Amino acid sequence: MNPATLFGLCGAALVGIGLYGLLTDPRLLRKIIAFNLVGSGVFLLFGVVARRGAEAGLGGDPVPQALVITGIVVAFSATSLAVALLLRLHDTGGGATLDDAADGDGTDRPQS
Amino acid sequence: MTPLPDALVAGVPAGAGWLVAAIAWPVIALLLVIAGGERLAARVGVLALPIGLAIAAAVALGVAGSGELVYHVGGWAPPLGIALRADGLSAAMLLVTAVVAGGAGIYALADFGPPRAGASGRTTLAFWASLLGAWAALNLAFLGNDLFNLYVALELLTFAAVPLVCLDGRAETLKAALRYLLYALVGSVLYLLGAVLLYGAYGTLDLGLLAKAAQPGPATWAAAALMTAGLLAKTALFPLHLWLPPAHAGAPPAASAVLSALVVKGSFFIVLRLWFEALPGLANAAAMQLIGLLGAGAILYGSALALRQTRLKLLVAYSTVAQIGYLFLVFPLAFDAAAGRLVAGAALTGGLLQAVSHALAKAAMFMSAGLIAVTLGHDRIAGLAGLARARPTSLLAFALAGVSLVGLPPSGGFAAKWLLLSAAVATGQWWWAVVIVLGGLLTGAYLVLVLMRALEEPATAAAPLQPIAAWREAAPLTLALLAVFMGLAGVMP
Repeated sequence: MNPATLFGLCGAALVGIGLYGLLTDPRLLRKIIAFNLVGSGVFLLFGVVARRGAEAGLGGDPVPQALVITGIVVAFSATSLAVALLLRLHDTGGGATLDDAADGDGTDRPQS
Repeated sequence: MTPLPDALVAGVPAGAGWLVAAIAWPVIALLLVIAGGERLAARVGVLALPIGLAIAAAVALGVAGSGELVYHVGGWAPPLGIALRADGLSAAMLLVTAVVAGGAGIYALADFGPPRAGASGRTTLAFWASLLGAWAALNLAFLGNDLFNLYVALELLTFAAVPLVCLDGRAETLKAALRYLLYALVGSVLYLLGAVLLYGAYGTLDLGLLAKAAQPGPATWAAAALMTAGLLAKTALFPLHLWLPPAHAGAPPAASAVLSALVVKGSFFIVLRLWFEALPGLANAAAMQLIGLLGAGAILYGSALALRQTRLKLLVAYSTVAQIGYLFLVFPLAFDAAAGRLVAGAALTGGLLQAVSHALAKAAMFMSAGLIAVTLGHDRIAGLAGLARARPTSLLAFALAGVSLVGLPPSGGFAAKWLLLSAAVATGQWWWAVVIVLGGLLTGAYLVLVLMRALEEPATAAAPLQPIAAWREAAPLTLALLAVFMGLAGVMP
């Protein structure tokens, strides 16, 4: 198993762990961290693709590396937006999870 | 240095510069709004609207003249550079985006207008910045010809749309915004994962080059499935629709109009581009029927839930969930079983017409629902009695928008559903025809429900009503009239 494959499997594991946390943990901060895990897994896969696509003389294909940089910036902005909203939610007394049956709780039960 | 080969350096054809303007102008306006600060945000924002509409019209004229406009950014052709491309689909969506954003902006001047002395203008600044950011992202989504460009457009769209949901800062809308953001982020990360796989397999993300290179195989299948799933989460197709009703109902009316009419169409457009442009040969009957099944589920479930709602804005939001289902019926109906690929025919035109007419009608509906809520002080459907006498124009706009949603002639909704129905009959997929008809009946049912209540006379003496300036009712009425008479555009010479 060469290093590229090892990193690829590691990336796949990160995506799996992150998706599990994103879907099952009710705490919002955990969901945000889990999203970052999934993002990291995807970026690792980009790295593997860059390594595998390397031309002679280059260590790695530069295009996926550029895509990773863009992806990191996007994930960072997404995390900061989410954390800002979470802080504001907490400050208005709304708690730190999405499970509150009193208001619009993301299910289809008729709401008053 | 050796000069670059001609194949990689393309000239700019006349008219294609408008594509850059279409993306650049909302961004420039956004920067001007931020630079202007709270005092000037509304004035700068509203001045940006007609210029954006003019640019969209210029792109549409260019496409009408040459059939397609292509712009290679920096003069570098793919696979080395990225391309912007405008065809008929893009031009139509650019136009409807400009029209609806313009209408919503003018309507929003009452709530998000120039600040009075002493009042905080933060929400106004946030609204105009988000509106212009969403507009820029939508234009990029309609013009981008590269899967990663489209990813950037999707992200920008999400970041601009999420603040629109929680502009009033209440805990309820903040939760709705966070739920929307999380669904959208899962969607975009799945999309990105699919893009990685496609790049790893084919070495390019340009739609045209992928169309030539893509072969059915595990990598392509996995990538298509991941990207489609991610985009379905962002478009709120059943069963991933749970974020939409609280988000769209909790936003201010002008923001709801933009969210329901335009933002969900951006990710839908990218699904179209993915399947019709990049991977048309990948489609098979089973996959297309599955997407159609989800669409049918959205139509029936969304309409049935809309009937059960007690609040007007939630009814309109569930109606959006239902109407999005019609868009995804395009996939099974455009699938040519004999050729084994998706063809751009009557079904695709029907889907485009559905997107455009739904955008106009839903924006009109949310705006008139907002005016109704301001008039009565609440938006409970049971308490709408006396509305017809008090606010006939708003109710008329609501009813006309409903006419287009139900699909009565000569509205755009009728033309769209007619095209979809004839495609269903032509390909022998009669079950989708049944779904379309049932959806129309259910839509008519909840529309009639609202109108019945509004036409009643109030049992008790009416409470004093809030006055509304006449010009505020012009925006929804104009959009509703456009939706109702859009079906005539096809028969005009």
